[in-house]
Amino acid sequence: MSLIEIENIHRSFGSTRALAGASLGIGRGEIVALMGANGAGKSTLVKILSGVQTSDSGSIRMNGRAYAPQTPAAAAALGVVTVHQSTDLVGIPDLTVADALLLNHFVDGRQPFFLTRRSVRRTAATILSEAGFDLPLERRFSELGPADRQLIAIARALSMKAQLLILDEPTASLSTEEAGRLYQTVLGLKARGISVLYISHRTADIAALADRAVVLRGGRDVATFTRPIDFDEAIAAMIGRPLNAARPQARASCGRVVLELRAVQLHRRAQPFDLQVREGEVVAITGVLGAGKSRLLSALFGTHHLAGGEVLLDGRVYAPRDPADAIAAGVVMAAEDRHRSSLMPRDWPGETIAATISLPHLPRWYPKGLMLSGRETREAGKAISRLGIKAQSPGQSIWALSGGNQQKVVLARWEAEPSRLLLLDEPFQGVDVGARQDIIAAIRADRSRATLIATSDTEEALEVADRVLVMDHHSLRPEHQGSAPALLEEHA
Amino acid sequence: MSEISQGEAVAASYHRSTGDVLKDIVRRGAVFLLLAALFVLFTAAQPAFLTLNNLMSVLQAVSVVAIIGAGVTVTLAIGGFDLSVGAVAASSVMAASYAMIVLGFSAWQTVPLVLAFGALVGLVNAFLIVKLKVPDLLATLATMFLLTGLQLIPTAGRSISVGLILPDGTTATGKYDPAFLLIGRSSLFGTVPLPVILMVLVAIALYVLTEHTRFGRLLFATGGNEIATRLAGGNTARIRTIAYVLSGTLAALGGIIVAARVGRGDVSSGASLLMDSVAASLIGFAVLSLKRPNVLGTTVGAVFVGVLLNGLTMLNAPYYTQDFIKGAVLVGALALTYGFSRART
Repeated sequence: MSLIEIENIHRSFGSTRALAGASLGIGRGEIVALMGANGAGKSTLVKILSGVQTSDSGSIRMNGRAYAPQTPAAAAALGVVTVHQSTDLVGIPDLTVADALLLNHFVDGRQPFFLTRRSVRRTAATILSEAGFDLPLERRFSELGPADRQLIAIARALSMKAQLLILDEPTASLSTEEAGRLYQTVLGLKARGISVLYISHRTADIAALADRAVVLRGGRDVATFTRPIDFDEAIAAMIGRPLNAARPQARASCGRVVLELRAVQLHRRAQPFDLQVREGEVVAITGVLGAGKSRLLSALFGTHHLAGGEVLLDGRVYAPRDPADAIAAGVVMAAEDRHRSSLMPRDWPGETIAATISLPHLPRWYPKGLMLSGRETREAGKAISRLGIKAQSPGQSIWALSGGNQQKVVLARWEAEPSRLLLLDEPFQGVDVGARQDIIAAIRADRSRATLIATSDTEEALEVADRVLVMDHHSLRPEHQGSAPALLEEHA
Repeated sequence: MSEISQGEAVAASYHRSTGDVLKDIVRRGAVFLLLAALFVLFTAAQPAFLTLNNLMSVLQAVSVVAIIGAGVTVTLAIGGFDLSVGAVAASSVMAASYAMIVLGFSAWQTVPLVLAFGALVGLVNAFLIVKLKVPDLLATLATMFLLTGLQLIPTAGRSISVGLILPDGTTATGKYDPAFLLIGRSSLFGTVPLPVILMVLVAIALYVLTEHTRFGRLLFATGGNEIATRLAGGNTARIRTIAYVLSGTLAALGGIIVAARVGRGDVSSGASLLMDSVAASLIGFAVLSLKRPNVLGTTVGAVFVGVLLNGLTMLNAPYYTQDFIKGAVLVGALALTYGFSRART
């Protein structure tokens, strides 16, 4: 018997239809994966289920009764709990793990008003042991990694007697090993009869967990796949056309060496390594979270120092003091987490597409200082048509775009002026398959520069790069004769 | 395929009915509509309100607050806050008086000296904030205390006027330079007071600087996302330093105008300048419904408060209700800015 039955749900925002007749059923103890490109309606459906938004029409029944929560608290009371992507909101940095576990007890008027350290600890320990997790209760929440924060969120959900757990991109910030542990946890929930709605861009997650995958497109459920899931079919259903599955062929001829690392050490105790990247070449570095990929890129961009070795750019010694220095030398970087590293807040000057692109180029584009000419608007217009950015105008807010289009704008920023070396850190974070293809095409189209990409997703690396290298313990492994299966095995 | 997701609400706002558009105009122009309503109301109740002389006296009264507020706005734009402006203005009054009355400086020496003093305080603030990483509010609060005390030391706590007896028992021989007094007391064509002209010049210069130059873009970029600005090659330390130096210098200019109007160095001068200029900057958030610091809004905010106080005074509202009225305007403006704007879900 099914736990929850969603039928023909509609939801519009102005003239935009986010959901246009989506239906979905989840059985007891079933893990259902929700797939869909950015803008397919996944987040709206999740928001309706978790009581953040209401639907315009359609019905949801839970255990045979109508289900229409008005607030997240009401949804939780009915047994539907959402664990969100960003886990830093789960607790408060200066409080302990025990406090984080009890946060929802603190706001519940029925709980005792006076707290002692012992009572908090005891209740928290009970919650943890019921969930079957092991976490240090006295540790400060800010010292926990994302994987442990997620466990806290899940444990808290279980303490609220959740029947349906919604996991939104839970592995986005986890390493492969941590993701593996999360799989065990989720399968454990399933064994206890708890249903899981699992939202993810990662095929590995879905392959490991899902009993069934439902694909949303244009606000409607367009296909359902049962185990074993045919991902080529599923992705084709997601983007509405067959996926161009061909991997890029390593280009035979590349230009001269642009970037050369000689005996570079990221840490004093790390193995020294060498690396050469040539003009027109795209090199991807993969490895688990914390392997040192980001550190290498930020050292090349001047925000970190190398512990040893030498870097040559076009044959000359290159040691940038800060990003401004690096940019002047022709080295540019789109750092990971674009919200933090590249975008201005909503409603703040500089939040438009044009201003996002122009920020590093202002001195060159406006040498007199006054910003009266429409240079940035023209440049943004060019980028919009070249990269196929889905936007109404260069003056539109970047926050009106989907994740994939935001990332295209960030890429456009660094392609607006010629560069020698383009560094991209996790360029496909929160980017749907369709936009990913466009971004890959754009990265590979420009052969006047060298490109170095860091990504923890091996498949992405194989898709975009001529050469894939693996980083481990802050050092590059000796050159891989990288056939795809070998790489995938390594990470399985 | 339609692109929706995070931007749903924003995208939706591009297709809206005429009713929504009207609501939007009312929201953006609320401060101007209220200002117009005040004019009609006050003129109806007291015809003397709408005379050129009275309007100029309103502008003269708010000029110092508007100039200092413009500096505060710049520090708000970089995501900081300058609490020391009131103390800088007050110590500038003392410094100008001391320079002329005790040291016998001329106007041409005094004005650059006092402006340099303001810039120096800005540099000290920037050193604390940028180099030592003291949070903005705490750093400028500390310099505020420091200056409030410092200005009392040279004269042993006395106000500075002609014939001041110095701590060592001698009598000061200097006097206010008449040229200096012109800054506060002269008018263009006998109608537009010089402080009003200074206010307009400062407002235009800072408006252009913050809204239409690449430096202005970098100011707001630093305040919006400092990491992103640095990763885009911006020198955020320098930008923040310039913002505090600008704020300190403008506060000193405000102090010069006060000194030139009053003609003496009162230890209590400038007591309300901090609150008034901060209030003007915050009321400015509501102007055009920008929800962010902006120089134009700050100037309009200062004028709005000035018009309200002047009108009420002409209607015989007692002076002691002034702070209450300012507070009420600030509460209303903030509610307008944050509360009644369209909620984004």
